[in-house]
Amino acid sequence: MRLIVAIIRPEQLSDVLEALFHAEVRGLTISRVLGHGGETEHVENYRGTTVKMALSEKVRLEIGVSNHFVQPTVDAIMAAARTGEQDQDAVTPVVGTRT
Amino acid sequence: MAFQGAFAIITAALISGAIVERMRFGAYLAFIVAWIVAVYAPVAHWVWGGGFLAGDGALDYAGGAVVHVNAASAALVAAIVVGPRKDYGRHAILPHNVPFTLLGAGLLWFGWFGFNAGSALGATPAAALAFVNTLLAPSAALAAWTLLDMARSGRVTAGGGATAIVVGLVAITPAAGYVGPGSALALGALGALPSYFALILRARTRLDDSLDVVAAHGVGGATGAILTDVFADAAWSGGPSGAIDGNPWQVAIQAYSLVVVLAYSGAATFVILKTIAIVLPLRNGRRLEGVGLDVAEHGEEAYTAGDGAILVQPHGAVLAAALDVVPVGEGGRP
Repeated sequence: MRLIVAIIRPEQLSDVLEALFHAEVRGLTISRVLGHGGETEHVENYRGTTVKMALSEKVRLEIGVSNHFVQPTVDAIMAAARTGEQDQDAVTPVVGTRT
Repeated sequence: MAFQGAFAIITAALISGAIVERMRFGAYLAFIVAWIVAVYAPVAHWVWGGGFLAGDGALDYAGGAVVHVNAASAALVAAIVVGPRKDYGRHAILPHNVPFTLLGAGLLWFGWFGFNAGSALGATPAAALAFVNTLLAPSAALAAWTLLDMARSGRVTAGGGATAIVVGLVAITPAAGYVGPGSALALGALGALPSYFALILRARTRLDDSLDVVAAHGVGGATGAILTDVFADAAWSGGPSGAIDGNPWQVAIQAYSLVVVLAYSGAATFVILKTIAIVLPLRNGRRLEGVGLDVAEHGEEAYTAGDGAILVQPHGAVLAAALDVVPVGEGGRP
């Protein structure tokens, strides 16, 4: 049994959930978190105040799977969470720990 | 001028409902300027400015064909040309805020008294008639919609009620000053039917008409325009007679004017959008669309907690010096 933790971009969540469903992974928890994954910060303006958003919204997935399911689960997440744009892709770490 | 301008600008708002969350802001601005000049202005002239449709006898009290069918035809074509949102038809896209929707429906209803009663262009009996009809028809549409919801699913929704109010308002718009109050009730209730089913049908297609402009304004406007010519009553308005009042030909004239408006608006919208697309891309990439156009295009978020926002100091230290600002380092020490 292993716990997989993945932090992904919120706009990829639907795609990742769909991929996990197809990989027949059942049972997971998500939480909305703030983080920085080394991506380019975007600049916003509010009445003359310019700010750089250093933290952006991320989604943290926690999935407990049996050992032989680890690789298919990780593959599904990696494939679906990639946006295909290099600079923006830093934010898809997947960690497996023994439990 | 300002009054007529309000009619023109509402079409921009209507069309935006079919392309929200995906069309680029710059391309939309270019489109709407070209569309108002090349489509809205001539159509308004045909029906209201003594043009050929007015000459043929088409009735449009406050914009059923000119505003609603015209804008909905453009919205339909724009939704097809621009294409659906990236997640449309794959993942559920839910309404963002139901209380805001109801607030908007209430504001619309209030403003619509100005559109319809104001179209009498004076504090006349016709203005009073249009005012009363603008109250009654949406009420009847809301009641009919509620019954349809009860019959179909057994549950009544607030979002559906807001749509019903808009459909009733759109349906009475061409008829406001031409029909009696009893007819306005019937018109509102009957007007709700086609839109109700058009909306259900739309949800089964790939047409991402995000705010159901076609179902509410196009189908509702066309139904209202046809019913105007069924119910128009010279005894109430002192004006034209409809089918019930002994003038069945009027319905054919109205149908003809609707087809003209639909065809011209749709074709012109297609040409304008395709022309703009040569110079300006109509959409952002999939990723920016996923992030949301607020952040990607406007650099502003509607609901930010401000966590992780770093203040970017303006260039030039003049202000800082004048205010004796001391730069603060880590731990709060200068």
